[in-house]
Amino acid sequence: MNKLLKVSSNPHIRSGAATGNIMLTVVFALLPATGFGIYNFGMRAFLLILVTVISAVLTEYLYEKLCKRPVTIGDFSAVVTGLLLALNLPVSVPLWMGALGAVFAILVVKMLFGGLGQNFMNPALGARCFLLISFTSLMTDFECDAYTGPTPLAVLKEGGSVNILDMFLGKTAGTIGETSMLAILIGACILLFTGIIDLRIPGTYIVTFLLFVVLFGGHGVDPAFLSAQLAGGGLMLGAFFMATDYVTRPVTKRGQYVYGVALGMLTGIFRLFGPSAEGVSYAIIISNLLAPLIEKVTLPKAFGKGGEKR
Amino acid sequence: MNSAKERLVNGIVKENPTFVLMLGMCPTLAVTVSAVNGLGMGLTTTVVLALSNVFISLLRKVIPDKVRIPAFIVIIASFVTMAQLLLQAFIPFLYSALGVYIPLIVVNCIILGRAEAYAYQNPPIPSFFDGLGMGLGFTFALTVIGAVREILGAGELFGYGIMPESYVPVSIMILAPGAFFVLAFLTAIQNKIKIIGERKGKDMSKIQSGCSHDCMSCEDAGCSHRFYDTEAGERRTEKKDGEKKENAGKEEEGK
Repeated sequence: MNKLLKVSSNPHIRSGAATGNIMLTVVFALLPATGFGIYNFGMRAFLLILVTVISAVLTEYLYEKLCKRPVTIGDFSAVVTGLLLALNLPVSVPLWMGALGAVFAILVVKMLFGGLGQNFMNPALGARCFLLISFTSLMTDFECDAYTGPTPLAVLKEGGSVNILDMFLGKTAGTIGETSMLAILIGACILLFTGIIDLRIPGTYIVTFLLFVVLFGGHGVDPAFLSAQLAGGGLMLGAFFMATDYVTRPVTKRGQYVYGVALGMLTGIFRLFGPSAEGVSYAIIISNLLAPLIEKVTLPKAFGKGGEKR
Repeated sequence: MNSAKERLVNGIVKENPTFVLMLGMCPTLAVTVSAVNGLGMGLTTTVVLALSNVFISLLRKVIPDKVRIPAFIVIIASFVTMAQLLLQAFIPFLYSALGVYIPLIVVNCIILGRAEAYAYQNPPIPSFFDGLGMGLGFTFALTVIGAVREILGAGELFGYGIMPESYVPVSIMILAPGAFFVLAFLTAIQNKIKIIGERKGKDMSKIQSGCSHDCMSCEDAGCSHRFYDTEAGERRTEKKDGEKKENAGKEEEGK
């Protein structure tokens, strides 16, 4: 009996999951879309991604240094924010605009509200909407060397027809990371298999959106129109990578279904009845704002409490 | 004249209605798309505020306590109507820029707040300077917010282009969200200055006095106009605790 018995309180088995690991996996899962974006739009896209990522990380570092707080750039969340922001920008925007967006995302949306875990909306999307409202013409100018002309969704809105295969592969105009449904789905599979996200939010989101389009889109059950709506714009990127953000989604399971439905309806409303062709980012940040309320009404009852009284 | 100066400083710096008291947020956020609009709105409010303060102060012994709010509103509304007609006649561009926010000065809570908290209890001359100070503080705040928004959102100041040609205006700044950003940042800067000053040992406490007395030497512990929002204030109350106990006895005798 010379072995000491360790006596400790639970938990006895810990998983290796930590913020840093999860964020790294997300970066890894975003690589297909990023890589395709660079392949599709050229080195300029790479430069823009680099600028936003570096400014995001630098902003977080400087803010924490200035405020004498523990520096948290090691958890890669700023990298994810910067990367997601870049993937949401058209390739033609000036580099300073990417940097400004990254500073806004980290400083205003994230750090001023208390840092990671306290932000009330997705920082990357908050910054995208900030840029979209500030520099509308530059942010909706999708003309670049590779493609001239409007995005497939804008074409659809005008009543034109689009090539579904090109949209699936990503050979269309759009923001850097949203064009290729294939690359995004590969990344989404990585996230699903590593258990970082589950299908609850993306599934409900996409199904609700499809139902909405079938009911109000004016095309009925038209496979071509539906798949174009599905593959076009930021729907896939938003559904798998941004709506599922741990901080800004509801934590309750039932709440996540409600959240998905809200996302789908809002996207449908913005796309079909709004003045612009795309509405995923607004839909997500508005649903982010609803998340605390959704949590409040979907909180499960604790065992032994709140039962029916006889 | 000493009290006049004190009221002016109080209104512009210590109890700046926008940055410190957070009153009158509706016009602050709505009309500050440019420095000129902010200045115009601020000065119009100043005139109404000073004059209505004087009138309410003159009538303070005539107005019955129970109907004082309607009475204040009638007085304020008269001045606002006058200001509105004058603006429409002499500065039509400002009149059309400010639009519905001119008649809404009637319900500006700075004016009603000063009437209720100060003018109703004090003689006309200090009331006039209180209104003037508060109004100038409001004007200052609105002009600064308007200037920042105009520079960032349009690249201009008072209508003159001051940014280089290559500057791309951040148009969100002249839309509604910009007002909130600028107000929040300016208030944060103001608080930061206050904290630095306090560290150096200066008295930077923001104490809202609803009466002409100095809150620090006031004996009325249950005064509803009084609030401390700084630790400095709390420390001071602790110090005064001894004195207060003595005064408590006196008060009871009075009752």
